[in-house]
Amino acid sequence: MATSDMIVVFPANPTPDLARTLDLGGYRWKAVSGADEAGKCEPQAGWMGAIITCDEDPESAWAFARALRKRDNAVDSVIVLVSGTQLGDLELRDDLFDDFCLTPFHPRELEARLRHLFSSTESGLRPELVEHSGLILNLETYQATFNGHALDLTFMEYELLKFLAQNPGKVFTREMLLSRVWGYEYYGGARTVDVHVRRLRAKLGEEHANLIQTVRSVGYRFGQSRWGS
Amino acid sequence: MLEQQREYVLRTVEERGVRLVRLWFTDILGNLKSFAISPAELENALEDGMTFDGSSIEGFSRVQEADVLAIPDPNTFEVLPWADPKGTEARVFCNIHNLDGTPFDADPRQVLKRNLDAAVKLGYAFYIAPDIEYFYFAPPQKGELPQPLDEGGFFDLTTSDIATSLRKETIRTLETMGIPVEYSFHEDAPSQHEIDLRHTDALTMADSIMTFRLAVREVAAMHNVHATFMPKPLEGVQGSGMHLHLSLFKGEDNAFYDEKDAYNLSPTAKSFMAGLLRHAAEITAVTNQTVNSYKRLVPGFEAPVHISWARNNRSGLIRVPIPKRGSVSATRIEYRSPDPACNPYLAFSVILAAGMKGIREGYELEPEADANLFEMDDAALDKLGIRQLPQSLNDALKVMETSELVQEALGEHIFEWFLRNKRHEWREYKTQVTPFELNRYLKSL
Repeated sequence: MATSDMIVVFPANPTPDLARTLDLGGYRWKAVSGADEAGKCEPQAGWMGAIITCDEDPESAWAFARALRKRDNAVDSVIVLVSGTQLGDLELRDDLFDDFCLTPFHPRELEARLRHLFSSTESGLRPELVEHSGLILNLETYQATFNGHALDLTFMEYELLKFLAQNPGKVFTREMLLSRVWGYEYYGGARTVDVHVRRLRAKLGEEHANLIQTVRSVGYRFGQSRWGS
Repeated sequence: MLEQQREYVLRTVEERGVRLVRLWFTDILGNLKSFAISPAELENALEDGMTFDGSSIEGFSRVQEADVLAIPDPNTFEVLPWADPKGTEARVFCNIHNLDGTPFDADPRQVLKRNLDAAVKLGYAFYIAPDIEYFYFAPPQKGELPQPLDEGGFFDLTTSDIATSLRKETIRTLETMGIPVEYSFHEDAPSQHEIDLRHTDALTMADSIMTFRLAVREVAAMHNVHATFMPKPLEGVQGSGMHLHLSLFKGEDNAFYDEKDAYNLSPTAKSFMAGLLRHAAEITAVTNQTVNSYKRLVPGFEAPVHISWARNNRSGLIRVPIPKRGSVSATRIEYRSPDPACNPYLAFSVILAAGMKGIREGYELEPEADANLFEMDDAALDKLGIRQLPQSLNDALKVMETSELVQEALGEHIFEWFLRNKRHEWREYKTQVTPFELNRYLKSL
């Protein structure tokens, strides 16, 4: 999953040791007081990872970890800092973190763990993405998100949206879409295109329904006209 | 294309963390059937289908040939919005096949596909938009009359607000599942609601209606409310119908539209209507399949009773709505007898078969009935040559039995099983001693 290079840090007042380790490691980070703030400050492309210190207020720390994982755009690389007496808290929470480090931590250890954790994100190939007006299509995983929310699409809805979003501003006739996107006969005939556009509009939500515009007596266009009309 | 669709489904299951995939299909009476498989089994299921014992499904198999195959239609794969967020579930509609790969003749979805294929051969795509009515009640108690929500007492909050928010939540659920809604409103009867879906091809619409009935019930059940598609749950008020807006498209053109006609109806539309009217009595057992269906088809409650058509007369069996600003693609006819308790795959099959027969054989459309038929007595109707729809399930079965058209449309297996099953239902009903009889006769006779 493609992300920004920003790490979210919880709680909002990280220890000077943690701040120094992050700065020396060359990481970009932002400390937040809770899940709401993490959502508000999130970079467009999502957080690269999270560092959650649990030894001060374990309850809100775990709630924060859970919130990051439960979101549609879940944060992938999460490391938790726990004290020796809190090791028991890790049990049955395996789904909430990817690595952990004991506090007080040795800066070199934390640095090594961070490097390992983020190496896959940093060096991994960016999958091919199609982005337009808040819509992101991941061509590798077939997943679509709109304004950060996952869109559940059927295969043909996905294919139609992909084709349109790859060619924003262009007008396509129903026949063109049918032959380029479907390429086979279906019970709906040429009207199949209209049916799928309606279904996509319904899934995008009423207020974004005009992302796919009807061009009278021609066909459909994704996004604004290139001529600014 | 099929390979890509399977790949898409498998990848989505992985990416969205789907834990359970429900394989959906429909029995002859229109009940949704489902069995669940794990994601690990899905790849195999998509390629080879899942074998199951068909004799466990009423009407599916004779005992000696019990095993059948459910083959998922990957283009119908959808994540279910009401499932537990921790255990994401998805559904996919299946076609049922015999073990040798041939279509299984008791599968209603295959029956509809066969009828649609016949229309496609003549160049027609069959489009349907239903107006679906249903009631919200308090959870039913055995032996008690249904309790409408609007009658107060059941909820502390204003009940009309609850029903309205239920309906809104249902619409959101439908739209996230790719079932666009055109209109929705509170109907005339207490606790009765209507949701109108936007038109799609008939196969997608039959699938959508199956999803719709489940979604309406699921959303209601989450709030401890019972939603019902029973055609006439309350005496003395309107029942629940499922008016069907029908059109045929040839390529991008609406085959029902003709600019020159006074009603903008093409000869194709008129022959289709003539076919529907001529065979209406024969197909009624399928479009109105319960004993209770016929308590809705009575005068005085905006349900059709007579076999007639009219432009904007709501007592006719077929109404020709006036499209907004003469919109070509919105030209359609409205078939008003079906109720939401029917099996949509079979109902669409017989309706299409009747209409197509009219087109193939060039039936002439009888003149429009413009007087309000409800107000005429039988003698006046006879004089106009206007027949009635069957008055009971028994009447409807008697006409269906003689219909080659219905037998051909449904195939022999379903035709015979349906008649057997429904005759049995009628016999059971006939032996009941009803409150009507007790009230009327017990003291006086």
